[in-house]
Amino acid sequence: MRARRWSVAAGALGLVLMASGCGDGGGDGDQVEVFSWWTGGGEEAGLNALIERFEEDNPDIEFVNAAVAGGSGTNAQAVLEGRLQSQDPPDSFQGHAGAELQDYIEAGYLAPMDDFFDEQGLQDALPDQLVEQITYDGSVYSVPVNIHRSNVMWFNPTLLEEAGVDAPPETLDELLDALEAVAEETDAIPMAVGAQWTVSHLLESVLLGSLGGDTYNSLWEPGADWNTSEVADALSTFEQIMEHTQEESAAEDWQEAARRVSDGEAAFNIMGDWAAGYFEEVGALPGQDYDWAASPGTDGTYMWLSDSFTLPAGAPNEEAALTWLELVASQEGQDLFNPLKGSIPAREDADPERYADNPYLESALEEWQSEPELAGSFWHGVTVGNRWKNDVDTAVGLYLGDGDAEAFNDALHQAAQSE
Amino acid sequence: MSTAQNPSGVAHGDPGPTSAPARPPRGRRALHRARTWLPGLLLVSPSILLIGVFVYGMIGWNTRLALSDKHAPVQEGEFVGFVNFVALWQEARWPAAVANAVVFTVVFVGGALFLGWLLGLLLDKGIRGEPVFRTLFLAPMAVSFIATGVVWRWLMNPAPAERATGLNALFVHFNLDFLVNDWWTAPDFGMAAMALPAIWQLAGYIMALFLAGFRGVPEDLREAARVDGCSEWGVYRHVVMPQLRPVLLSAVIILGHMSLKVFDLIIAIAGQQIVADVPAVYMWAMVFEVRDPAKGATIASYLLFAVALFVIPYLVWTVRKERSEGR
Repeated sequence: MRARRWSVAAGALGLVLMASGCGDGGGDGDQVEVFSWWTGGGEEAGLNALIERFEEDNPDIEFVNAAVAGGSGTNAQAVLEGRLQSQDPPDSFQGHAGAELQDYIEAGYLAPMDDFFDEQGLQDALPDQLVEQITYDGSVYSVPVNIHRSNVMWFNPTLLEEAGVDAPPETLDELLDALEAVAEETDAIPMAVGAQWTVSHLLESVLLGSLGGDTYNSLWEPGADWNTSEVADALSTFEQIMEHTQEESAAEDWQEAARRVSDGEAAFNIMGDWAAGYFEEVGALPGQDYDWAASPGTDGTYMWLSDSFTLPAGAPNEEAALTWLELVASQEGQDLFNPLKGSIPAREDADPERYADNPYLESALEEWQSEPELAGSFWHGVTVGNRWKNDVDTAVGLYLGDGDAEAFNDALHQAAQSE
Repeated sequence: MSTAQNPSGVAHGDPGPTSAPARPPRGRRALHRARTWLPGLLLVSPSILLIGVFVYGMIGWNTRLALSDKHAPVQEGEFVGFVNFVALWQEARWPAAVANAVVFTVVFVGGALFLGWLLGLLLDKGIRGEPVFRTLFLAPMAVSFIATGVVWRWLMNPAPAERATGLNALFVHFNLDFLVNDWWTAPDFGMAAMALPAIWQLAGYIMALFLAGFRGVPEDLREAARVDGCSEWGVYRHVVMPQLRPVLLSAVIILGHMSLKVFDLIIAIAGQQIVADVPAVYMWAMVFEVRDPAKGATIASYLLFAVALFVIPYLVWTVRKERSEGR
């Protein structure tokens, strides 16, 4: 009796060991494990469309969807970090293109993809400035699949009319006048913001609008000088805009702030273009409940952020991973994914037909294909790595508490020196 | 262990002088002795091993990290002494986070103790339907901090009177507009408001501790005091309260260590914002977002140290008490 119990226990242990052994994937070439944090809404729908096409084209490769839910990627990144450190990388993983991948690159977790870019003709298909901005030490490390825009100003047309503002403001000075007019003529909140990170998000659009693309981009070079009168001017504009925001902003996230615009409670909100998907979700009508323009002073500049897929060094199924990346990089793949995700393709040769039934995406694609100037979003990890980004966010948070503009400018300068 | 008394009264176990056995050989004797301590050791060794590795080993590892300059996961990290510990105090964020944690701890521990004590006192006086109230007061304990946070985030919405929701709307409704406030978003003492949900959640538990304490005081003592002409309040003040010191101490320690490492409640209500920054949230950002092992470990060391300040006096006190009681 006892012997039998032992053998059962041993058998169970064996099964557990076997199961955990299987989990590794084993690198037998007939599967590909793709890691992402796309587990809901349009993101998941887009990913599923890609998976479906991949399985159709490659019936002999099993697709393993290793998506981790929660926290817009923070949970996934913690899991990923553990896997990379224990040298158990997935075959490909999602990451924001640009400096956010820097830590991984420096740690040697990523394989350079220059040959892949040449083979697939991505140097030509992607805007030159985009390739330049995702190049690190002369190499590219990820394939951008989509483009989101950070510098979008959402506004409520009815409230603007009520306040006597004829056209959406095109410069920051016009914006300040418009905010003033809204405050005087209506009961609405002039500029809606949300929790601290949305203020950081507003800051990058104000910096870009005040300084212009070149100066803005140069601010994110390590060791850049932030103690200039131009930056001080931009921050003073920022301060004036912040005076027109609602008191309770810290208790709201970006959705609540955006919704204030479409509900007619606030006149303006500056938020990335994922707000378009949110407005659609809550049933707001474009042109009526809300409308959009480039944030003031940034017309013709596209402040971008992008999801991209990587090839980890030592990926167990490199061949299959490259097949996946080929699909992700192709015009067909990007046109499958993006209409569902609510973003536009990174490639310039997308088919506008596929975006025609979404007014925002249609206008965004048109803008992207007309060769705008490109600036990277700091908040979304294009221009700076996590440490610098966190330092800026901390400076913003402290500034929200004490309102000390000088200390704020100084903290931003210090953040640039510490990299 | 004492031998059981033999009912017949005849001592046994004494084999008698005739059958005195030869002393067992040396090896056998050692084995025999091992029988008394080995099973016990075997029984506790898994926990000694696990605690050794996963608690003290990890604390050691953490300390090593905190004393190094490993500021990125890929760096090797050299020993640099207490540089990281000093550097934290020179920045703006850390002292603010510590100040927030102190405000939170003082209000939370003080509030929960007072409310718990008061509820315990009221129940001790024997009101009708006591079990119902006891359950009601204890119920919030069953809710996780995350759920509490989500609800209180809404209750404590800082919107001004014209857009008020949550508790502010209630104040407006009863024409108590002067009570409308910024709650936790107030820069200096917002953390006092952050302590309210925690008080709400833990006061019932503290009540249960105090109630047990009150009930543990023998009725004779109270009677004696009453006979001596003590007022009812005097009975509590001079007879019952002094006996509750152990309860009070346990309560302070339980609340204090929870309060110092509070994380989930803050994340649920405020997310990662400087206005509600506490050491645990700061540590999380350093470890998982900035990926700075040394800095994260330094904050962790400070947290451990702060909790130890609460726990070690308690341990010393418990050991002393057990010794004096001859346990």
